[in-house]
Amino acid sequence: MGSNSWFKEKILLGMTFKDYISRHATLPFFIALLILAFSFYSMIYRLLYGLGPATNLSDTYPWGLWISFDILAGIALAAPGLTVGTVVYLFGAKDYKKFARPAILSSLLGYIFAVFALMFDLGRYYRIGYVIFWSWGLNSILFLIAWHFFLYIIICLIEWSPAFFEWLGKDKLRDFFSKLGIWATVFGVIIAGGHQAALGGLFLVAPTKIHPLWYSSMLPLFFLISALFAGISMVIIESTISHRVFKEHLKDFEPKEFDRKTIGLAKALIVILFVYLILKLFDLAHYDNWHYLKSNYGYWYLLEIVGFVLAPTLILINAVKTNNAKLVRITAFVVAFGVILNRFNVSLIAYNWYIPLTEKYYPTWMEVSLSLGVVTLIILFYRFIVRRMAILE
Amino acid sequence: MDRREFLKKTLTIAGMTLIGVYGDSSASPQNDKIKEQNDRIREQNDRIIQDSTKSTGNIANRRNWGKYEKVKEFPKEPYAVLVDLTKCIGCRRCEWACNEWNKNPNRPLKEFEESKDRSPSVFDRIRRTHAGEFTVVNRFYNGGTPVYVKKQCMHCAEPACLNACFVDAFKKTSHGAVLYNPSLCVGCRYCMIACPFDIPAYEYYDPITPQITKCTMCFDRITEDKIPACVEVCTADVMRFGPRSEMLKLAYEKINNNPQRYINHVYGEHEVGGTNWLYISGVPFEKLGFPKLDKTPIPNYSKNFLFTVKVLEIVAAAPLVWAAYYMISKNKEKKGGDSSG
Repeated sequence: MGSNSWFKEKILLGMTFKDYISRHATLPFFIALLILAFSFYSMIYRLLYGLGPATNLSDTYPWGLWISFDILAGIALAAPGLTVGTVVYLFGAKDYKKFARPAILSSLLGYIFAVFALMFDLGRYYRIGYVIFWSWGLNSILFLIAWHFFLYIIICLIEWSPAFFEWLGKDKLRDFFSKLGIWATVFGVIIAGGHQAALGGLFLVAPTKIHPLWYSSMLPLFFLISALFAGISMVIIESTISHRVFKEHLKDFEPKEFDRKTIGLAKALIVILFVYLILKLFDLAHYDNWHYLKSNYGYWYLLEIVGFVLAPTLILINAVKTNNAKLVRITAFVVAFGVILNRFNVSLIAYNWYIPLTEKYYPTWMEVSLSLGVVTLIILFYRFIVRRMAILE
Repeated sequence: MDRREFLKKTLTIAGMTLIGVYGDSSASPQNDKIKEQNDRIREQNDRIIQDSTKSTGNIANRRNWGKYEKVKEFPKEPYAVLVDLTKCIGCRRCEWACNEWNKNPNRPLKEFEESKDRSPSVFDRIRRTHAGEFTVVNRFYNGGTPVYVKKQCMHCAEPACLNACFVDAFKKTSHGAVLYNPSLCVGCRYCMIACPFDIPAYEYYDPITPQITKCTMCFDRITEDKIPACVEVCTADVMRFGPRSEMLKLAYEKINNNPQRYINHVYGEHEVGGTNWLYISGVPFEKLGFPKLDKTPIPNYSKNFLFTVKVLEIVAAAPLVWAAYYMISKNKEKKGGDSSG
């Protein structure tokens, strides 16, 4: 009986099981369930029949949607912990303390589910432990990434555990992990920065395969900087959504204060976007790639840079000047989408750029549904945790 | 259901799926004749694809790796194969011999030999290596004359695949061969991204134990004083096998003795730091599907990066640790101030 009431209190939020289920019989949950059904089907199909039948991967395109979206884009968008978490815990930006816990939670979930999705892409997923415990390819950039993922998930767990133990009512453990938190953050900066750059570094070994407009010896730096602005824009996006959805969890919510902080985040975003733009320009000039701009790949490149980096920057400047927090929130979506587009460009569209468009890779519905399912799982877990633990207040 | 039956069933489904996909993508009904031709090519390709799906359970990898672990004699100098493209007649006997030796899916020798005279033929498309197909011969045209080009692992002196592998599943042997260890591979396929020659292929249709497949330079033959199967079977004297320095010398002898016949370039002498397969040709290599590569070994790109990251991480650690101490002491001060005040 005792454990039963604990379950009722902590997991079902004080409702009976029946109530809990009927409270969740809504359209969004139905859609989520539908996506998950397709996604689980794809996962099982992939495990039973292999990558060949489930995906459009080939010898020419060994990496597809799951790497481009779930890993490359996903990890960049899971950088809130790296940006806001660090600024708050390490540099004592108290103003943004309220943003820190959600930021860390989204990083934690982002990384865990990125690795979860990766399991389906690996041919022999059951050997993933080899890279940590058994056989080390010390000269591989992927080795560095694997280890950094492993360490960073532990770091996120440490940073998140105060909220977790608070929920369980274990104060001693909470205090212990709170003290550990600052050290986790220190190493988190190094580890997260290192592997965000390394994800770009992965493609350094393919100088002949990636279109010159995207290939650069600065790829790691570009990935790192774009992960920073992806992280900040995700903080804006996620706070926007959670302030709408989880209103009842915010006791002393002041819209004006919230707007002011959003504008503050926009300022940081502008600075980083500008650094990125200037480096991109240097890159273009250094490799003398101007002539490529007058081709289809060139137009596509310009769309990415002008449409999803330069334009949002200018809009953000305008929004900061006019104190328009709503515009900042909308632009944050554009910036985040731009980062996803960039990851797709580097890893798929500009990869093997010399082969005709008809022979290029496009994902199967199973690849798409698996990725969508993973996104759905992240949202559901985020919601589950936010409604139970002290993340937002 | 036992394992074999399970795999068999899986492969049947896999093969059917692929044929379906293939049929959709290659249909271009412009007129009846082309359509008929396409059908015939498709039939031929389907057979290849169906065969290649059976390559699940590739044994060449394991056999060669086992050999590598046991081998005790190491040559003073790595071996190399010199390929003289001006001599190749496109008989594809090397493909057949490779399949035969490595127990890859194979077809009668006659089918290989006649493909150069047939129309349509496998030469109509530029092919690459696939699972269970360690080497392929492609046909290019220079003016009106066909030039046949054998393609297989180049066995780089500093292999990109080896360096890319995060579980260290590749080895460069002192014989020159680059070998793959299937008992370590996790299946990330980063080696396929890294290889500048697009050689490693993957068994996508094996759900449980897929492997990378590629040419082993017949390691299990060259360690027993035999020459690679493809070299042995060639009757047109296209390939020569021997110590790399001798092969290079031979290449330049050939070029210098007959400058009209050859261009002055030994492909693989310097490309990505040198390879253990060397090519000489009468036609510039760019026209024959060879990637234009400079002397930088591919591993250098990642090594430089890894070095930078390590240095930066160590350099960054110091101020960050200092900041952490600062924050902790500041927090303590505040707490102390609170309790006293």
